[in-house]
Amino acid sequence: MSNEDIQKGLAEIVEEVAGVAANEVTEEKSFVDDLDIDSLSMVEIAVQAEDKFGVKIPDEQLANLKTVGDAVNYIATNK
Amino acid sequence: MTGLLDGKRLLITGVITDASIAFHAARVAQEQGAQVVLTGYGRLSLVERIAKRLPSPAPVIELDVTNQEHLDGLAARVREHLDGLDGVLHSIAYGPPSTLGAPFLDAPAEDVATAVNVSAFSFKSLAVACLPLMGRGGSIVGMDFDARVAWPAYNWMGVAKAALESTTRYLARDLGPQGIRVNLVAAGPVRTMAAKSIPGFDELQDAWPERAPLGWDGSDATPVAKSVCALLSDWLPATTGSMVWVDGGVHAVGM
Repeated sequence: MSNEDIQKGLAEIVEEVAGVAANEVTEEKSFVDDLDIDSLSMVEIAVQAEDKFGVKIPDEQLANLKTVGDAVNYIATNK
Repeated sequence: MTGLLDGKRLLITGVITDASIAFHAARVAQEQGAQVVLTGYGRLSLVERIAKRLPSPAPVIELDVTNQEHLDGLAARVREHLDGLDGVLHSIAYGPPSTLGAPFLDAPAEDVATAVNVSAFSFKSLAVACLPLMGRGGSIVGMDFDARVAWPAYNWMGVAKAALESTTRYLARDLGPQGIRVNLVAAGPVRTMAAKSIPGFDELQDAWPERAPLGWDGSDATPVAKSVCALLSDWLPATTGSMVWVDGGVHAVGM
């Protein structure tokens, strides 16, 4: 799975959970500052991403994934 | 294999992530032979996804413990999955931001009322809602954080927990004649979603392992989950109105 595929899949999850249009979910965007996603929504996005991509995202890691690009890279390296 | 909870039918509230104390209580209960139904609040889609991560995927019923319609309909909703209840876990608390971690002296009365309503009065509401499904030998368990003393940051949630402790004693008095036990587990700090949302709670988390005679691992909810299951089992049959400390022994030492 390419990084592009991961980003597309992640954007679909973000749209479903937080109601942010998928085309807004681009690499440089910060989940909290740009996409206005709260902590429980982040948890739900992480849980869906775990199911979708077969990765484990521990809570301590989740706090470090500030941008969409951070999350894509984490998933790409750990899946 | 015989399990501690073979044949027990349990209703478990308070699962939000797989770090929730309630999630681990449900997991251990299933491992010990119980049938489990969960309730979820707010993010049902998240709770349903987490429910699938239990050893045996559990059904999820929506329950806002402050919503009388939800409470009135609860018994019927549970009956869709189980023909009765032997045990109930209340693992629910909420305080507005002014009540937790913010200056204690500044919290407005209505915020404190919300904290007490959701975190303590709801123990009574949940018990009453489940009563039609319960018989002699039933067990109701709540989650406490020792409220006899003042803690850093915990503030009005500590007051709400004191109300929960008192509520437990009155529930024990009123449900005892029906053979139903009501007890609390007073746990040490566990790194859950709820704990992380309390500003200043880290101070407690960090001090606990050093103070606990048995030590304490806040990232492991299993000891708390096992203790909840012990109270839900038949093996503490004459214990009611009690709080069981599951804190590594911190409550017993002065310094």
